[in-house]
Amino acid sequence: MRKWFICLFLIFSFSYTSQAHAFSKQVIQRGAVGDDVIELQARLQYLGFYRGKIDGVFGWRTYWALRNFQYKFKLPVDGLAGETTKQKLVRASKYYKSFVHNNLRKGNTFTHYGGIPLSKQVKARQTKAKNQATATRTTNKQANKNTSPQQTAVKRVKAAAVNVPNGFSQNDLQLMANAVHGEARGEPYIGQVAVAAVILNRINSPSFPNTVAGVIFEPGAFTAVADGQIWLTPNETSRKAVLDALNGWDPSSGALYYFNPHTATNGWIWSRPQIKRIGKHIFCK
Amino acid sequence: MLRILLIGALSIGIAGTAYWGYREHQQKNAILIHAENNYQRAFHDLTYQIDLLHDQIGTTLAMNSRQSLSPALAEVWRLASEAHATVGQLPLSLLPFNKTEEFLSNIGSFSYRAAIRDLDKQPLNAEEYKTLQQLYKKSADIQQELRNVQHLVLENNLRWMDVELALATNNRPNDNTIIDGFKTVEKNVQSYNETDFGPSFTSIEKRTKGFEHISGKKITKEEAKQIAKTFLGLKGNEDIQVVHSGEGASDAFYSVTIKNPKTKSETYMDITEKGGYPIWVIENRPVNKQNISLNEATMRGLRFLKQHKFNNFELYESTQYDHVAVLTFVTAQDGVRIYPESIKMKIALDDGNIIGFSARDYLSSKRERTIPKPSISIEQARKKMNPNVTIMEERKAIIMNNVNQEVLCYEFLGTLGDDTYRIFINAQNGIEEKVEKLQNPEPIYGEI
Repeated sequence: MRKWFICLFLIFSFSYTSQAHAFSKQVIQRGAVGDDVIELQARLQYLGFYRGKIDGVFGWRTYWALRNFQYKFKLPVDGLAGETTKQKLVRASKYYKSFVHNNLRKGNTFTHYGGIPLSKQVKARQTKAKNQATATRTTNKQANKNTSPQQTAVKRVKAAAVNVPNGFSQNDLQLMANAVHGEARGEPYIGQVAVAAVILNRINSPSFPNTVAGVIFEPGAFTAVADGQIWLTPNETSRKAVLDALNGWDPSSGALYYFNPHTATNGWIWSRPQIKRIGKHIFCK
Repeated sequence: MLRILLIGALSIGIAGTAYWGYREHQQKNAILIHAENNYQRAFHDLTYQIDLLHDQIGTTLAMNSRQSLSPALAEVWRLASEAHATVGQLPLSLLPFNKTEEFLSNIGSFSYRAAIRDLDKQPLNAEEYKTLQQLYKKSADIQQELRNVQHLVLENNLRWMDVELALATNNRPNDNTIIDGFKTVEKNVQSYNETDFGPSFTSIEKRTKGFEHISGKKITKEEAKQIAKTFLGLKGNEDIQVVHSGEGASDAFYSVTIKNPKTKSETYMDITEKGGYPIWVIENRPVNKQNISLNEATMRGLRFLKQHKFNNFELYESTQYDHVAVLTFVTAQDGVRIYPESIKMKIALDDGNIIGFSARDYLSSKRERTIPKPSISIEQARKKMNPNVTIMEERKAIIMNNVNQEVLCYEFLGTLGDDTYRIFINAQNGIEEKVEKLQNPEPIYGEI
């Protein structure tokens, strides 16, 4: 029992001193993701600047919170978490790392405000009210305990949110990845980006429907939709290709159609002005 | 005895198979009918919507007062976009039917523009009335033709599934009534040019802008190779292939494929024939860990731009996807951001190398420009904003407005509730040109 106390004391003192080196060395900028962002959000929330969700993505709300912090603490207001900003932040706030990470891992709804017992800031994902009640003070202790260096090697926590290209959702991305995988999984990477770009070019064109689903499911538009190959599970490559296309890369140079010259049955498609050939597909206007 | 048993078993088997076959057949039929009904509904909907559209355009022609004209035009817009969506549900994508869809979408944007305009101050002019009259006539033609097809479909029990089959297999029977009918519609619309919408009209189509403002002499394949080498910093042992673009390209370019035998990575690049500017680059390789920060990547991106004579750029957007940074840079001239001139970059966060580059927007809008003097001050512009928005940042910027003109604006970044908005106020006349709600990170669904 006594050993236990000493141990705890050691850990307490350690975690306290280790706080100064809590962040990694990077300058954190808007758009970043990862553990540093989680810490940044948690610390800003501790001080009451950040009222959003701690999700590990440096979005606009985090940005304004950080700028407000910089303003109040008389730092240059640039929205970047650099060396001095991080130091000031670490000195002014506390960060219960394992509390935050545990809750993120479990998908709980939680906050990290200072001055409120941590146990009152969690709402579990499943309604396990019983466990919650017993965890009152222990979470607090455990939180500190787990920051010990031996335990930082636990598996990395996954952020609760992701960046998505402007105007699209993860589900749009998924649907397009399905279509690209079904249509062009045997093609070189660039050919997959080009197929995704054609879908986007069609959305922008007045001759085609205006939504992702409208373009993909237009009857007869894509063979992969007609024969059900669209419902194969897409791989990481097609997702990457779609992301590139959504971010503005268009290897097809504005093409609205493409076809495989070996299997094309429709004569009309040959009459379109051709732009370029990528892999097995010819892309045309 | 055995024979009887055998016969019995066999006949049970046959009966079973027959029953199974019958069930399969029935199920297939049910699904076929279901699909057919969907097509039928879309088709009859379309004809009905065109009916309404035609009538509605007719009524707007007879109207005079703004109070009734604006809602009527808004109704035209709604009907046109509904019809446009319905066309997308018909199996016509293998049939050249673009002109009709374009026509519907143009009616939509024409009426929308007119509907939102203050018609008291700026009533419809003679030209626009003429446009409306022509739209009325054209929609009558389409309506007539579609009604005709509809009549034949109903009379002869024609099926859309046959159309789809005919289109897909290309052994197109020449007398397919539906296909022929739609071809007539298309031909009819084709004669109607977009220019008939009048000079003030710009199609909502984001025109695929060419690289009009770039200069320089035409380069050869060999030169393209050299440009790729210097731009990508190649060592010289790579396998490089160059292909010229086809005649469908709006601006001729070379496509360069670079295979590195050592790292097995593939890099693709397009270079304009005129002037030899890089249009885009993509390198496909896995990036599995993060060694540098997004901020460091930004610095590297800026350095790279400067090295390759892309001057006066500043960071506009930075986003991290797993271990890749996607950065958008825009030019700034005399403290004014020029949003149309943007360059995108992808930087791998493992070694900080550039794995993606896209200058399409930059090349199509880059030119010498003199920035006009604003006629209103920033204080005046601030007053034009919604008072509920808390202004956080402000600057001057040039943007493309929704009629595809470049305008000088005051840009405000502000918050309202939990959301952040980007608001552009025209610096000449104080019009709110654009209000964008900026994207928040999207939560991950259903994952623990």
